Amino acid sequence: MKKLNLAVIASLLVVAVSPIMYSLNANAADKETINSVATLRDATPIDVQKEPNAIPKVVNKDIKQGRNYPMQPPVIPHTTRSYEVNKNNNKCMSCHSRHRTEKSQAPMVSVTHYMNRDGNFLAEVSPRRYFCNQCHVTQLDAEPLVENTFTDMHSLMKEKSKANKH
Amino acid sequence: MKNLLKIGWQTVRKPSGYYSLGALVIGGFIAGIIFWGGFNTALEVTNTEAFCISCHEMEDNVYEEMKTTIHFSNRSGVRATCPDCHVPHAWTDKIARKMQASKEVWGMLFGTIDTREKFLAHRRGLAENEWRRLKANDSLECRNCHNFDYMDFTEQSERASYQHSTALADGEKTCIDCHKGIAHQLPNMKGVEGW
Repeated sequence: MKKLNLAVIASLLVVAVSPIMYSLNANAADKETINSVATLRDATPIDVQKEPNAIPKVVNKDIKQGRNYPMQPPVIPHTTRSYEVNKNNNKCMSCHSRHRTEKSQAPMVSVTHYMNRDGNFLAEVSPRRYFCNQCHVTQLDAEPLVENTFTDMHSLMKEKSKANKH
Repeated sequence: MKNLLKIGWQTVRKPSGYYSLGALVIGGFIAGIIFWGGFNTALEVTNTEAFCISCHEMEDNVYEEMKTTIHFSNRSGVRATCPDCHVPHAWTDKIARKMQASKEVWGMLFGTIDTREKFLAHRRGLAENEWRRLKANDSLECRNCHNFDYMDFTEQSERASYQHSTALADGEKTCIDCHKGIAHQLPNMKGVEGW
């Protein structure tokens, strides 16, 4: 009985230790692929503090940027530093609401923002659409961390019709 | 007590029996310098950020809120402290404001805004006081640092340069009309022009 117990303990130990041993034995190439995954830390070893990147500037050109797909919430082409959007106020709406657009010449928030989820129009912006930054964000003057291969529907259709012609 | 006052009054009324006119004049002059200097020094002490935030009302509310804004920390390292915006620089205006501020001492003693909740409840009124003052003096405290004549519109964003070269330039608007809540959080702005 005692021998059996010993065997059980030994086998358990092997099971527990083997992954550690395996990872220790993993060759350099494996480690490289692990580290090559894009992260904010790049390939910085775990015990080293990475030099932080410079904080990029917010794009503040006031020029509308294109949308990548029809339903994309338009991005904000100006800085919004210390714009309050809270229970008391919505700074965005002091330019983008219907009765302020004439003065500000800013685009009006679309009518969908006044609809509740049953499709009925409200007098004020619907509570579910109140917090602008949930969908609309400023853009930074920075390179994307990961490459994006997204192709929008229009380009796909164009390519398809081109292929059909040939 | 009454006798003491009487003696004092008689001393002040009677011509000097011991001291020469010269000693009195020079002594008075020196005492004047000391008193006036002391007064101004004391006044200057009340005109520092450290003095303002020695009350927890100021330190926990408005000072804390200001820390995140550009008037506290920025690229050029210039910081506006409380009195830069809230106390006029010219002497008469400053004294007038300081006298008004005696009401704030009253508020401090009786705890008018000694909790965050009370402060928030009073915020609209407090903000309106400051808006009214800045509106009335054409945003003088802003202009102590921000001089319109030295503004380079080409360095400003398009929207900013448009507004500054039109509404601000022809005096239709003053700084505070648009730049509310730049150093502290805003109260509920319902009914405020431009909101």
